Amino acid sequence: MIRVENLTKTFGEFTAVKDITFEVDSGEVFAFLGPNGAGKTTTIKMLTTLLRPTAGRIHLDGFDPWVKQREARQCFGIVFQDPSLDGEQTAYENMELHGILYHVPHKVRVERIEQLLKLFELWERRKDLVKTFSGGMKRRLEIARGFLHTPKILFLDEPTLGLDPQSRNQLWTHVKGLNERENTTVFLTTHYMDEADRVAHRIAVMDHGAIVAIGTSAELKAKTNTDSLENAFLALTGSSLRDEGANSTDAMRRFAQMWQKR
Amino acid sequence: MGAIYIMWLRELKRYFRSKAQIIVSLGQPTLYLLALGFGFGPVFAKAGAGNYIQFIAPGVIGMTVLFSSIFSGMAMLWDRQFGFLKETLVAPVPRIQIIFGRTLGGATVASLQGLLMLIVCLIAGFRPLHQNGAGHNWLALPAAGIFIGMIALVFAALGSSIGSTIKDMQGFQMLMNFLVMPLFFLSGALFPLKNLGRVLTWITHLDPLAYGIDGLRGVLIGNWQFSFNWQFNFMLDLCILAALAAIFLGTSAWLFSRIEV
Repeated sequence: MIRVENLTKTFGEFTAVKDITFEVDSGEVFAFLGPNGAGKTTTIKMLTTLLRPTAGRIHLDGFDPWVKQREARQCFGIVFQDPSLDGEQTAYENMELHGILYHVPHKVRVERIEQLLKLFELWERRKDLVKTFSGGMKRRLEIARGFLHTPKILFLDEPTLGLDPQSRNQLWTHVKGLNERENTTVFLTTHYMDEADRVAHRIAVMDHGAIVAIGTSAELKAKTNTDSLENAFLALTGSSLRDEGANSTDAMRRFAQMWQKR
Repeated sequence: MGAIYIMWLRELKRYFRSKAQIIVSLGQPTLYLLALGFGFGPVFAKAGAGNYIQFIAPGVIGMTVLFSSIFSGMAMLWDRQFGFLKETLVAPVPRIQIIFGRTLGGATVASLQGLLMLIVCLIAGFRPLHQNGAGHNWLALPAAGIFIGMIALVFAALGSSIGSTIKDMQGFQMLMNFLVMPLFFLSGALFPLKNLGRVLTWITHLDPLAYGIDGLRGVLIGNWQFSFNWQFNFMLDLCILAALAAIFLGTSAWLFSRIEV
């Protein structure tokens, strides 16, 4: 479903992603783990046509996103690390807008919006402006929206960042359920090892822009001779702290948070 | 086409939902109209130039449309910061449809604001006049609507081009001071462009808003009494605005298609 060959991205002198190759099968839940600055988000951006790779090839459901851009975009849904909802519109309108942009026929759209909003327990609040929602509700709405056009692949970039354990638990139950019912391939990144352990069929560990290990949770533990995924992760990536320089995105994020709290 | 429509609709919904914003954004032009209109009125009349309210009303209408349209495009900065922009960037529709929808929405909103300002001007005592000065010419209002729409489209497209380029608030402040205010002051909105120095005349000819204001003032108060009411002429104004709209729409589409995040 996803095939990546020798993918590389450089920003000037800095190499964010170094020659990575992997495949994700149809219906698989695939987790990308790695410390801050490992290149996870850059990889997702390249996979989702937001960033042009410096070198290498990508295939999404057989389409090269830089040749068949629209076909490739139609086949995936994405939940970004930062919220990407329109706060000035209602939950329903956000879903509606997404459905129209993704060419979901009117009848299907109406049915599926209702079904998904009910599943994610947002149906009662469908007429409220999204800016009045809590962080957890926004996340749920984004994931519901990601599933709206029945994508073959769903990208989730740290979807549970900042959520309480209840919300995280519920969210993964839904994602896992939809993965099984609709055979959606799920590609996720996270910092929570227990989540990856719980939902992912296979896990890739990324560090300094390269994939250092790939396999099932059990395989990674066996390979590093450890008893938990957390220890396997530390064994693979070392325990030194990674300090990212504050970039313009961080500054923007803080600014956006400041404004949203008004 | 669905994408253009839904993006256009989004702009309109946002506009009608912020009623306070509608009133507030009419505040500044109204202040100009009343303070300058009545303040400079006697001096203007003494210089033998007629009623200043009549002169300045098309100017403040143009000002309203300029500010509203150019900011609608720059509002993309907010969508970039609040993240919604990304949702539209990965959608499986040509990006040109997204940006056209946004721009048309911004232009529609700005036109509505311009029409509201026209009503404010009428309340303040402004009257559209015939070319020969013979009474009120209410038929001029639809023609004024055309110019309001053209100004809105030109600057919404310019705003979209800028919005596709700048990434932070500093850039926004700079553009405000070095682009929007000069566009307004050099447009002839507040003073006649006739008999200015050679350099200043050249600069005013480069200001797109000058053609919009000229068209508005021309159709609203015509040649009556003073030749400087028409700086250029109807066809020239319309052609230049149409050409600029096409250029800016093209530029915005190109810039928007190249956004990477």
